[in-house]
Amino acid sequence: MTPTYYLLLSALLFSIGAVGVLVRRNAIVVFMCIELMLNAVNLSLVTFSRIDGTLDGQVMAFFVMVVAAAEVVVGLAIIMSIFRTRRTASVDDANLLKY
Amino acid sequence: MSVLAVVLLETASTSSVAAEGFSIGEAITFWVLGPIALAGALGMVFARSAVHSALMLVTTMFCLAILYIVQGAPFLGFVQIIVYTGAVMMLFLFVLMLVGRDSSDSVVEVLRGQRLAALTFGVGLAALLVAAIGRSLTSVTPVGLTESGAGSGANVTGLGRLIFTDYLFAFELTSALLITAALGAMVLAFAQSSGHAKRGQRATVTARLRGEHDQISPLPGPGVFATASSVAVPALLPDGSVAPGSLSEILGSTPVADIEQYDPAGIDARSAGALRGGRAHTGRRGETGADTRPADAPREDQD
Repeated sequence: MTPTYYLLLSALLFSIGAVGVLVRRNAIVVFMCIELMLNAVNLSLVTFSRIDGTLDGQVMAFFVMVVAAAEVVVGLAIIMSIFRTRRTASVDDANLLKY
Repeated sequence: MSVLAVVLLETASTSSVAAEGFSIGEAITFWVLGPIALAGALGMVFARSAVHSALMLVTTMFCLAILYIVQGAPFLGFVQIIVYTGAVMMLFLFVLMLVGRDSSDSVVEVLRGQRLAALTFGVGLAALLVAAIGRSLTSVTPVGLTESGAGSGANVTGLGRLIFTDYLFAFELTSALLITAALGAMVLAFAQSSGHAKRGQRATVTARLRGEHDQISPLPGPGVFATASSVAVPALLPDGSVAPGSLSEILGSTPVADIEQYDPAGIDARSAGALRGGRAHTGRRGETGADTRPADAPREDQD
């Protein structure tokens, strides 16, 4: 049992999150997939910190968490305001700039 | 919950004992929680309902938090539980309940072949990452956090020292980021609600008296001045007659099967009885209003 397994789990979670971002249409679910990708990166950072024997990886994971929290707040507020004006939470319907 | 806490503490202590070597307990924890985390992630992507997706993501995040603790990062593990599963996912659920619970995903493909391409991309990315990590990191021996004096016992103090010395500037920047995010969220959430000018109390009263509404006062509640406060009892006007505004439209239009007319023989008879009962009910409601006592009667009852 080496820390490689943690990195493999992190890679798989990241890939699943990427597929979810590309496949799902509900903006909130897309946001949740982005959160999953950030979590996967956090797991790999914690594992690297353990491999390296220093705490820098954990500090970086901590900063990732802070940025993710700020991103969620702003992103959900944007989704709310889009829903207020367009009555939809689907990413396909936000196409005002398209035509 | 206490059992969970004991398990968490135990795994944390085992990881501090053998941080660079891998204990049996850690292997068991990983092989139990890793598949659960993967299943939660897959379920989040493929669940139809967005609420189910959110709950699956909570499962995955919880498993990851325990994996952090096992790996000698108890502070990050508990921050993950508190911030992610506690705050962020609950915020997600709030917005889901406000916005998108009923808006199910459209199955229409806007770009042709996009889903297939996305799945191919995902499988390719996973294969590349797994192959690269698996080939390059086979013989790596982790230093471990206890060796360098930053194990689970000194984890919080070590993190605090790093944050407030080496990463102080980044830490200050995150505070600015958080304030900006809070301000931005408030601006985005409140911008639309101030669209129409609010009317003051005096203007509202004037508009009511000028006849903007049908009547000046709000509608009378059921049972006002009557003997009972049930919804089925209409309010009485000061002269003892029924106030028509207090009659419930829903109750009046709901068909009610009368007990005397109830015939358990067949469905047809029952539905016919329900129709007759509905008419009888509306009639009875009028009688109730007609023979209720005048306005001062309930006060005498209470004495």
